[in-house]
Amino acid sequence: MEKFNVSTSEQLQEVLQWALADKRRLSINGGGSKATVGRPFDADAEIRMTDFQGVEMHEPAELVMQAKAGSRLTDIVKTLDESRQKLAFSPPDYGPLLGKGADLSTIGGVFACNLSGSSRIKTGGARDHLLGVKGFTGRGQAFQTGSRVMKNVTGYDLCKLITGSYGTLAVCTSLTFKVLPKADKTRTVLIYGQQPGEAVETLRDAMSSIHEVSAAAYLPKTIAGRSDIKFVSDAGEAVTAISVEGSGPSAEFRCGALRSMFDTCGAIEELHGRRSDQLWRFISDAGAFVEDQSTNVWRVSMPPSEAPEYLSKVEALLTGTEYYLDWAGGLIWISVPKSADLAGSKVLRESLKAGGHATLIRGTEEVRKLISPFHPQNSVLTRISESIREGFDPSRILNPGRMYPIIDGMN
Amino acid sequence: MVLMPKPNPEVLAKRGMLVAGLRRIVHSPEGVIDEEAGLRAFECDGLSAYRQLPMIAVLPETKQEIAEILKYCAAEKVNVVPRGAGTSLSGGALPLADGVLLGLGKFNKIVEVDYDNRCAVVQPGVTNLAITDAVKSDGFYYAPDPSSQIACTIGGNIAENSGGVHCLKYGLTTNNVLGVEMITMEGEIIQLGGKHLDAEGYDLMGVVTGSEGLLGVITEVTVRLLKSPEHITAQLIGFPSSEQAGECVGKIIGSGIIPAGMEMMDRYAIHAAEEFCHAGYPLDVEALLIVELDGPIVEIEHNNAAIEKIAGECGATVIKQSQSEKERMAFWAGRKAAFPAIGRISPDYMCMDGTIPRSQLPKVLARMKELSEHYGLRVANVFHAGDGNLHPLILFDANIPGDLEKCEQFGADILKLCVAVGGVLTGEHGVGVEKRDLMGEMFSEDDLKQQQRLKCAFDPEGRLNPGKVFPILHRCAELGKMHVHNGELPFPDLPRF
Repeated sequence: MEKFNVSTSEQLQEVLQWALADKRRLSINGGGSKATVGRPFDADAEIRMTDFQGVEMHEPAELVMQAKAGSRLTDIVKTLDESRQKLAFSPPDYGPLLGKGADLSTIGGVFACNLSGSSRIKTGGARDHLLGVKGFTGRGQAFQTGSRVMKNVTGYDLCKLITGSYGTLAVCTSLTFKVLPKADKTRTVLIYGQQPGEAVETLRDAMSSIHEVSAAAYLPKTIAGRSDIKFVSDAGEAVTAISVEGSGPSAEFRCGALRSMFDTCGAIEELHGRRSDQLWRFISDAGAFVEDQSTNVWRVSMPPSEAPEYLSKVEALLTGTEYYLDWAGGLIWISVPKSADLAGSKVLRESLKAGGHATLIRGTEEVRKLISPFHPQNSVLTRISESIREGFDPSRILNPGRMYPIIDGMN
Repeated sequence: MVLMPKPNPEVLAKRGMLVAGLRRIVHSPEGVIDEEAGLRAFECDGLSAYRQLPMIAVLPETKQEIAEILKYCAAEKVNVVPRGAGTSLSGGALPLADGVLLGLGKFNKIVEVDYDNRCAVVQPGVTNLAITDAVKSDGFYYAPDPSSQIACTIGGNIAENSGGVHCLKYGLTTNNVLGVEMITMEGEIIQLGGKHLDAEGYDLMGVVTGSEGLLGVITEVTVRLLKSPEHITAQLIGFPSSEQAGECVGKIIGSGIIPAGMEMMDRYAIHAAEEFCHAGYPLDVEALLIVELDGPIVEIEHNNAAIEKIAGECGATVIKQSQSEKERMAFWAGRKAAFPAIGRISPDYMCMDGTIPRSQLPKVLARMKELSEHYGLRVANVFHAGDGNLHPLILFDANIPGDLEKCEQFGADILKLCVAVGGVLTGEHGVGVEKRDLMGEMFSEDDLKQQQRLKCAFDPEGRLNPGKVFPILHRCAELGKMHVHNGELPFPDLPRF
């Protein structure tokens, strides 16, 4: 397979035009940490974007940064940290979960996969933070959308389409995104020993309080036991975690108020600063499922109130599953033993009664051939999505088949 | 004036047949309007300089009726313009002489309030404020608050991706919508999103939001509800120059404080507003900031102290904090009445809507002053300072021949200036008709074509709201063509790995 480490727009365009003329299928990658998410497909050549490096603009007072697509997420985070700022959607690192190294992620990859961590419920997802994109479409044409300002309704919001398109519409070379101040203080309230149903009610009440909860999760006993935070792992019980952040007095006040709100629900502890951050990283990165690499790992998004019933159905039908809840119950991470590949996907998807979707994040190549990793869509949405694809990449040279199978007759 | 597409005589010729056809679909006796007096109500939206009677107006009552109307119009090759409350400031709902105007005003029910999932499911004709009114007593609200919120509908908010004064902290419509039900021009009902987060495939809800009625007709919306903050206070901060006010805004945000709202007014707007509603604004300043904070008292006090310090360092001459809810409302009353206040001192005015990188504010204001002198038209400025969204109000008199054209030219110059300093043509009002012909200032022809290819995926015949947003209408077949260069080997010396 041909492999190209491109570092300029001219080189990238040249490769795209070659692929168009020679009908080559391209695999587009950044650091490659998430290369195994999605359907396997046969590529004729690979484009590596990691040489598109560097922060092009950062204006802290305007809450905006522009960086080349191959810039390491760790470098971006470091630069932002110097101005006491952050990516507010807490981008996760799935490298270790997927059996790769940590810290490989690029900023282009983060947006291409629309991955957001625990703070998604308060500050929005990756989709809500992308302001502008430069790159090339599958037509080999230079492409630009959005801008560098927060408020922009000029033309269609194609940034939304690019985010989460897994490199199937365009190859981004530069991204402009919103950044936010880092809070002075973070506090996480831990409530011990709740059942899933009770926990979801607690998370709901926290989210419905005036305390601007920044993250809310529930870890059953076995999952909590794998955390590297003693207050979580040594409890020997399930842990419900609710986080708040802000200026010193604000975080302290909100934390205190939440503690008294839930003081009848079980024993309570709190985590501060670094340890709080560490817990949320463990939750966002699915750290609990790193060690045993043999299972299939799913990410299920659904209305939070549906979570308890969904889980009891799934546990009754699939033995050996492990799970935990993030996004106040709206995101369930589920690990399913390999023995239940096809049955697992059927149960996880068909049990979604009130809307939502289940995405297979980790699975072997065979499993990802057998099961659609992305939640199947109905015929109208399939037609619209394929037509969008047709507009951006009519020859299907960009990650063809990575999200959904190529439909005959559309190409 | 922007020219609309020429009416199709074949469509106009079968008007009587179309009226009869639509009456077979819409059962309510007043559901199909073909009398001039009745059509007059729809001849313009908030951009009243543009007027056009629709060929026919229909006011359906059920989703099935909408689907049938669209299917029928598609089959008869008739264009359709969807309309909510008609408050668009960019002509998004301007009718077409040969088009059917599809009014969604009868879809005004709140379908469900779901506190367990902190969301509400509403029909598209529900007004923005009605959502908050429905959940207020339980301590919740819907965050985006465009100034037309008393009248504008949520369907229109989706179409325009409406903003408001609290966007910096709480986001625009697109950040506060969980799901959209929509009917395509072919009459298919589709559900995008729901009560859960993120899309399973492409984020179609994300592109439909802000698509100005060009992709489909919204029939139901699921919005995110937030808990109302415990306390809210506002500060008035006056400065001897807009540069200092701009610097203060940058420093507040740079210090890590994200206020719930941060508005700026220039001298002209301050005086007009104060005269109109006696908000208690200082009159001896060049620029005035309204900074709103919300949250627990401890947080507000902490941030207020920090902001006062920053304001002092930036040369503020007046700092006044609201002492009661009544006083806070009074501070806002002046800002919210800025448009009518200007309307009182000038026979007509046009409201522009560019966004700029905030650091460019002094440059933009200075240039605007020069342009004001050049055109001989006065301009007042109100500014969503936190996010850089500028609303210059150009004063003119439509009864003076040539004044409207001068005003439009002045407005276009301002928007070109916004783009030239790194900003955009429109921050929250939409492109519509008004800014359609300026799109080339911001996008290359290739980029505009790429945007139009998106429309081809939803509405390949271009029946929905044609003549809006894009200056040149291309046929989808023409947009689909691709020129492939000869296949030279790519950079033979490119590093392989």
